[in-house]
Amino acid sequence: MQNFKEIAMKYVFFFAALFSVAAVSLICIFLFANGIPAMGKIGFFNFLLGREWSPNDVPAYFGIFPMILGSIYITAGAVIVGVPIGILTAVFMAEMCPKKLYKILKPAVDLLAGIPSIVYGFFAVVVIVPFVRAFFGEKLGMGGNGSSILTASLLLGIMILPTIISITESSVRAVPREIYDGAVALGASRERAVFGCVIPAAKSGIMAGVILGIGRAIGETMAVIMVAGNQARMPAGIFKGIRTLTANIVLEMGYASGLHREALIATGVVLFVFILIINLLFSILKKGDNK
Amino acid sequence: MRKRFFSSFLKKFRFGSKLMDVFYRFLSWFSKVKYYALRFLVWVAAAITFLVLIFIIAYILFNGTPHITPSLFSLKYNSRNVSLFPALVTTVLTVLSSLLIAVPFGISTAIFLVEYAKRGSRAVKLIRVTAETLSGIPSIVYGLFGMLFFVTFLHWGFSLLAGSFTLSIMILPLIIRTTEESLKAVPDSFREGSFGLGAGRLRTVFRVVLPSAMPGILAGIILSIGRIVGETAALIYTAGTVAKIPENPLASGRTLAVHMWALSSEGLYTSQAYATAVILLLVVILINALSAYTARKIAKNSA
Repeated sequence: MQNFKEIAMKYVFFFAALFSVAAVSLICIFLFANGIPAMGKIGFFNFLLGREWSPNDVPAYFGIFPMILGSIYITAGAVIVGVPIGILTAVFMAEMCPKKLYKILKPAVDLLAGIPSIVYGFFAVVVIVPFVRAFFGEKLGMGGNGSSILTASLLLGIMILPTIISITESSVRAVPREIYDGAVALGASRERAVFGCVIPAAKSGIMAGVILGIGRAIGETMAVIMVAGNQARMPAGIFKGIRTLTANIVLEMGYASGLHREALIATGVVLFVFILIINLLFSILKKGDNK
Repeated sequence: MRKRFFSSFLKKFRFGSKLMDVFYRFLSWFSKVKYYALRFLVWVAAAITFLVLIFIIAYILFNGTPHITPSLFSLKYNSRNVSLFPALVTTVLTVLSSLLIAVPFGISTAIFLVEYAKRGSRAVKLIRVTAETLSGIPSIVYGLFGMLFFVTFLHWGFSLLAGSFTLSIMILPLIIRTTEESLKAVPDSFREGSFGLGAGRLRTVFRVVLPSAMPGILAGIILSIGRIVGETAALIYTAGTVAKIPENPLASGRTLAVHMWALSSEGLYTSQAYATAVILLLVVILINALSAYTARKIAKNSA
């Protein structure tokens, strides 16, 4: 009887563990089954490389190239803003931070990760958008109403900070202490030892953090919708608005039907494929770090 | 004559060495300055990270707190009081039902991975890969899947149930990872001791391993509560946006974050959106503090 219970529970645990496998397969099946047919109807290249998105016109155009570019531009902007600050902060936390300061900084970074994206978006609407409109738009005469690629990049740069910081910090800490000690013993200053020896040793871990940050930025939805302007057209400069893949889905799914709805699901498929590629890169880099 | 020549040569040499000296000094000064500049930049970056957080929190608390009025907590929502009370109740319901689904599956998965499976077996690899994939999927894709599967395919409609199932898949990898880590942190001597006293694997897991891993598991659960509370994109097209307390699991309802999205996208209710932001922030700060507290407990226990 006891033996039976043991074996039974083993299988219970095993089948529970298959839940995540089932979830991933269901997600793949349902997304692809609902999205691929639309790509076929619209034409694969018309869909991916079409420059016009006007689902309500007759005939309707379903080209998501502007949104793909929008996602890429905003993500690139977020990387430019977030990666240097994130990596340097992580170096500070791992190598140069007094212990007392660390006790404040670590929870602060965790909290930064915990703030809901809707709150970030709201903050950007009431602070960053008016600032960009007043400073870049009016004072420097760049035009635009504040909801722009620049605004979204600044906001996303802040939002990906905790991801980059926590992964960079742990990979810098994982570098054997001997490397640092050896550099200092050869007469290097603390900064030189850190930047010349420790960081190159942690390179692949840091790259993994950056890639995970890119994944976060490309998948971010609510905050971007609130500040990016959402115009479905080709990018017209960093002070003008743009629409991302994620925004496209949320904005139009509420009223879409027929081929329009399928095209939105296909947008989700494109986003999903982007994320899968990013995940793959991430796991490859992480494996490189373990060696 | 000879002497003079030498001395002049020496002088020249000395001059040259001085030049070299200055050059070397400049080099070392430059490299010092370079590293001073780096040190400065590192401090500046850390300061920016910290100040941005402080600024966001202070700005929202400072500007939002005055907008919290008693009418926001009326029992029923209407366009005059714009009450957030139904959203608050819906949030609690969503958190509870999502945890009810995700926690048993998440903990069982972790138990299987750590206590039962052979390391490096094919099933383990598959489960690891899928859990990792799940943790990278953005919330809007979960929302899309939830809409296609739970809402449309299973005919649940926009409902609390569909929202909770979607969110439970979303938090699953977080629970698996934190549970796995805290199970691994339990020393093997505990298990050996239990086996030595004649306990089976099942009894060992439930009586010895799980209790000592509890704080870590709790910290993970608390973190996933934070993710549920802050989630918007996965809920809009699964749980819907009705501003009422859902009467049954198949009724639609909106959580605080969705409530805030609805308010700020309508553009009419900025002050109420501020108030909701304050409450969301406070909840998140509380959750983070709780999670840090339980995590510190583990550190103390293991020390």
